[in-house]
Amino acid sequence: MATTASASRNFATDRSKARLGRNVERWLLFAAVLALTLVVLLPVLIIVFTAFKPAAEINAYPPTLVPGQWTTANFARIFSDLPFARLFLNSFLFAGGVTAFALVFDSLAAYALARLDFRGSRALLIVIVASLMIPFQATLIPIYQLVGNLGWVNTFAGLIAPRAADAFGIFFLRQFFLSLPRDLDNAARIDGASEFRVFRSVVLPNAVPALLTLGIFTFVNNWNDLLWPLIFTTTPDMGTITSGLTLLTGPSGIIPYGTMMAGSLIAVAPLALIYLLVQRRFIESVATTGLK
Amino acid sequence: MTSTVKPNAKAYRPPAPLGGRTPIRTARQSAGIAIPFLLPALIVLAAFVAWPMISALRLSFTDSSGFGAEQWIGFDNYIRIFTDPQILGTLSTTALYAVLFTPIALIGALALALLLNNARLPGRGIFRTALFLPFIVSLAVAAFAWSYLLDPQVGLLNYWLRTVGIHIGNVLQDPVLAMPTVVLVAVWKSFGFYMVIFIAGLQDIPVSLYEAARIDGAGAWARFRNVTLPQLSNTLAFVVIFAMIAALQAFDQIYVLTGGGPYRTTQTVVMEIYQEGFKKLNLGLASALSYVLLLATLILSIVQFRFFGRREKDLT
Repeated sequence: MATTASASRNFATDRSKARLGRNVERWLLFAAVLALTLVVLLPVLIIVFTAFKPAAEINAYPPTLVPGQWTTANFARIFSDLPFARLFLNSFLFAGGVTAFALVFDSLAAYALARLDFRGSRALLIVIVASLMIPFQATLIPIYQLVGNLGWVNTFAGLIAPRAADAFGIFFLRQFFLSLPRDLDNAARIDGASEFRVFRSVVLPNAVPALLTLGIFTFVNNWNDLLWPLIFTTTPDMGTITSGLTLLTGPSGIIPYGTMMAGSLIAVAPLALIYLLVQRRFIESVATTGLK
Repeated sequence: MTSTVKPNAKAYRPPAPLGGRTPIRTARQSAGIAIPFLLPALIVLAAFVAWPMISALRLSFTDSSGFGAEQWIGFDNYIRIFTDPQILGTLSTTALYAVLFTPIALIGALALALLLNNARLPGRGIFRTALFLPFIVSLAVAAFAWSYLLDPQVGLLNYWLRTVGIHIGNVLQDPVLAMPTVVLVAVWKSFGFYMVIFIAGLQDIPVSLYEAARIDGAGAWARFRNVTLPQLSNTLAFVVIFAMIAALQAFDQIYVLTGGGPYRTTQTVVMEIYQEGFKKLNLGLASALSYVLLLATLILSIVQFRFFGRREKDLT
């Protein structure tokens, strides 16, 4: 595994000297990675520290990283400058709604494609996989027109319905369902279970890891999305946190950094919490689903 | 996939019918039984993926503005895209963005993956957690944080650089520096993702190859060049195309930081689609531009398919 420049070489014949050298290398490596990590985390630190910094310090020169005095005033401001509680709820309903619908619809379709050997299933699968290549930005205008014709602009229906199923989720779950042994569902079928019953009571309970993975991926993507809520909502009270915060960078050019960082911190907090709680699954989730 | 039990799918074909007595259905069924399962998803995909594809294609040949009559104008929109220097500029801007983003993000990610894959680094798990953190931050929020760090008056990074003699000024208003800045924000947000994929790839390389190389007297660089890189080439090529596709869709941080400016130096294709389609209501032109984006993505995806046949293999 020693693929870096720090790979051990037999410079010294004296063993303890070699071990000492290796330890020094080890801690040099550690120090280097630590420094890099701190640099990478600087924007995260600036969000956290600035959110608790008084306005006077934010605009002071020279600027500082850590607040001299801690305050929660910025958090009060974000709730008075924006309908922030509403935005938070909207984000939650939008990302949660898309995730819930997509998990149900995708898993149903995936079950049909993995287990019901119907005529045309292969052709359908190919069409679904081919549609993975379409970036949503390319079809935004007709989607918007359709949502408009349905009278759904600026509603949760308009935000959620177009994403209530997605080709990637179907494909991902189908692959997972195929990896589950068929003996289980055949046993259930022999016992007279309907296909829906097999799906709900045999296949789904065994697919919890895949559903969680897909669920996290879908939730995070939608929670963080900017373009979608920007287009499908027209009033500030229907926006999401992400689209709402962009209202702070008004044409005036003066950016209220304290308020913005407080809002950013609240926007990131739920995801950071999920991330720290189920970190391994989270990283796994993007490593597998991210390669869509 | 994340399954812990991963039996070979082929090994689990349903057993052959035992004299036709079992209720196990193995013969091809009519689509009837599958319809209730497929219908919800297919309605959504038909309405919001398939139909918009067709509709966007039709719109791209019209001068539609969303209101009133629209006229069929043939290839005029496409001709305009490739002749109007402003719109043509968005294509080259997007290409420049992709050309900057892809190598910077991937080299950074690979370097960190190599460091983190070193078994002798203490606290590898914690570093991985910390370095992946930016990926869960939305690009918009990342843009807010960077805009403060880079603020010409009160920005900390700007100030620190000044104390060591580097004057970057107002990067977001600088026609030369605005593009690298919006690229930097995207790199910061997404390198952790590529890093995790590289780490997974590195862990799949058999240790014996490194041992053999070491016995042959290969130094660290030789081992990297002759073992790591070739073994990682599949992952690498896959990620390169993946990053390029992501780069073609650049929007969020540009919308927040520069709005496409200064002097349209950061006006990417998706920014232009947004402004033409949703602000100026030039639906025809925006749709044509959408199709150019679609085609570029398609070409990259097909290259990816060809290269790896990952999904094609999975399909059989």
